[in-house]
Amino acid sequence: MKQENTMQIFEALEKDARLTHAQLSAMTGIPEAEVEKTVKKAEKDRVILKYKTAIDWAKLGEEQVWALVEVKVAPQRDVGFDSIAERIYKFPQAHSVYLASGTYDVAILVSGKTMQEVAVFVSEKLAPLDTVQSTVTHFILKRYKEDGEILGGGEGLKRLPITP
Amino acid sequence: MSKLHPRKLKTSKNCISGKVQELPPSGIRKFFDLIASMEGVISLGVGEPDYTTPWHIREAAIYALEKGYTMYTSNSGLPELRQALSGYLISHDGLSYNPTDEILITVGVSEGLDLVMRAILEPGDEVIMPDPCYVAYPASVYLADGIPVRVPTNEENAFKIKAEDIEKLITDRTRAILIGYPANPTGAVIPKEELKQLAELVQEHDLLVISDEVYGQLVYGVEHTCFATLPGMKERTILLNGFSKAYAMTGWRIGYAAAQTDIIKAMNKIHQYTMLCAPIMSQMAAIEALKGAGKEVQEMVRDYDQRRRVMVKGFRDIGLSCFEPKGAFYAFPSIKVTGMTSEEFSEKLLFEEKVAVVPGTAFGQCGEGYIRCCYATSLPEIEEALKRMGKFIKRNRPG
Ligand SMILES: Cc1ncc(COP(=O)(O)O)c(C=O)c1O
Repeated sequence: MKQENTMQIFEALEKDARLTHAQLSAMTGIPEAEVEKTVKKAEKDRVILKYKTAIDWAKLGEEQVWALVEVKVAPQRDVGFDSIAERIYKFPQAHSVYLASGTYDVAILVSGKTMQEVAVFVSEKLAPLDTVQSTVTHFILKRYKEDGEILGGGEGLKRLPITP
Repeated sequence: MSKLHPRKLKTSKNCISGKVQELPPSGIRKFFDLIASMEGVISLGVGEPDYTTPWHIREAAIYALEKGYTMYTSNSGLPELRQALSGYLISHDGLSYNPTDEILITVGVSEGLDLVMRAILEPGDEVIMPDPCYVAYPASVYLADGIPVRVPTNEENAFKIKAEDIEKLITDRTRAILIGYPANPTGAVIPKEELKQLAELVQEHDLLVISDEVYGQLVYGVEHTCFATLPGMKERTILLNGFSKAYAMTGWRIGYAAAQTDIIKAMNKIHQYTMLCAPIMSQMAAIEALKGAGKEVQEMVRDYDQRRRVMVKGFRDIGLSCFEPKGAFYAFPSIKVTGMTSEEFSEKLLFEEKVAVVPGTAFGQCGEGYIRCCYATSLPEIEEALKRMGKFIKRNRPG
């Protein structure tokens, strides 16, 4: 029961990082001091990685180009894919990096200001890496849903203000 | 046949039956037109989820339409749905109802209520129900020529209807007791032990029980007891339930009744002439809801629970005593400290702070001094409403 309650703190924070300890306490029924302790500990243990804001940059007229890059690599003795993944994720252009099963090994979400910028990163930084065998770059044409949020607002609530 | 011919219309008033003229309009909708014309109103006056129906349920209905499911179903409803409900009632409550003649698919609990009253009441029969209670309870009895008999309940008793209070009101015309827990408008839940006392009374006086369990899945930290599971009660209970609240499906108009064959047959007899059947796409959606919406329901319950805590604490913080609701999605705080009536309070609050609530008196005389506030509303809206109400209380508190 207690465990389940603590989970509610994280679930709520994941949806809205701005919730205060007092609000979290009111929502879950856990005393404020305990909420604070739980959150602090989670920050320290890197259970909470960071508090971020989801922004629809396109609405601000900011161009941002995204690409999903599939990378085939030759795994290395002892370290497998980890060492190449580390090489890759240190580039700031690599927004997210995953090891994937299937026809390729590493999936990278790359962002840049222009297509050119992304292309340069792939061809000059990524492809020449020693163990990289091949790359396939998919430019993202339109973003519909991200991190569980529907861009453009979704459906809206169609409820009448007074109902039985 | 001449009796069935329409009366000559003289004035527009004359063409309405006395019975309907005397039926008061629902107190909930009183401020509706006003609110619709105002801007910036936060409404806690709703009686439905703020979620849209889970996507897989909607998708199942869209698929049904694509496949051409646009016809009538049998009067009692799609066999697959009745079968699924029968399975649900066994696994969820341990109750075994025969899908062929003990389950009827209705157009919401609303239709179920209407059917059951018309099926079991002789003119002048009495039906006992709590005060305050959902607005359709007394109306459905009245429309079936019965007499609604109200049992006062109060905050001190956690708004639970008590066997001893019912007993005082039983006459030889008493036909049934109508209960709906978790309750609209109070959020009250009755524990099993106390329901057992009710069951004994029912047995002793040879009564029926109509149990509206539409909020049965929306309980917080307590268990809901399905009345039909109590010893000897399955034969005497007409179980009404539906998909509106737990599955966020209010607009689909779909529900069901489960009871002994004779009663279901009688209800179906009326249903076949007045409704024919529930909409087929809604029935298909209901099948999908039963198949796999457990996770969504659980998540909604968790969210309601969080908002419930915020609202109840919020009312207490601004100086309103608030009974802790254990089910449904309503809080029922007392506004007695202001010295206003529920109606005055609700109207003034709407005009001065643009927060819409429902006066407790919409649900019966015992609702005087209370307001119904729905917490199926987003947290930021609840917090803003509480802020506005805090200011309002400060201004309007005598002394
Ligand atoms: C207690 C109660 N019963 C029944 C209903 C109506 O349910 P349905 O949508 O299934 O007709 C409501 C709706 O507010 C309710 O609060």
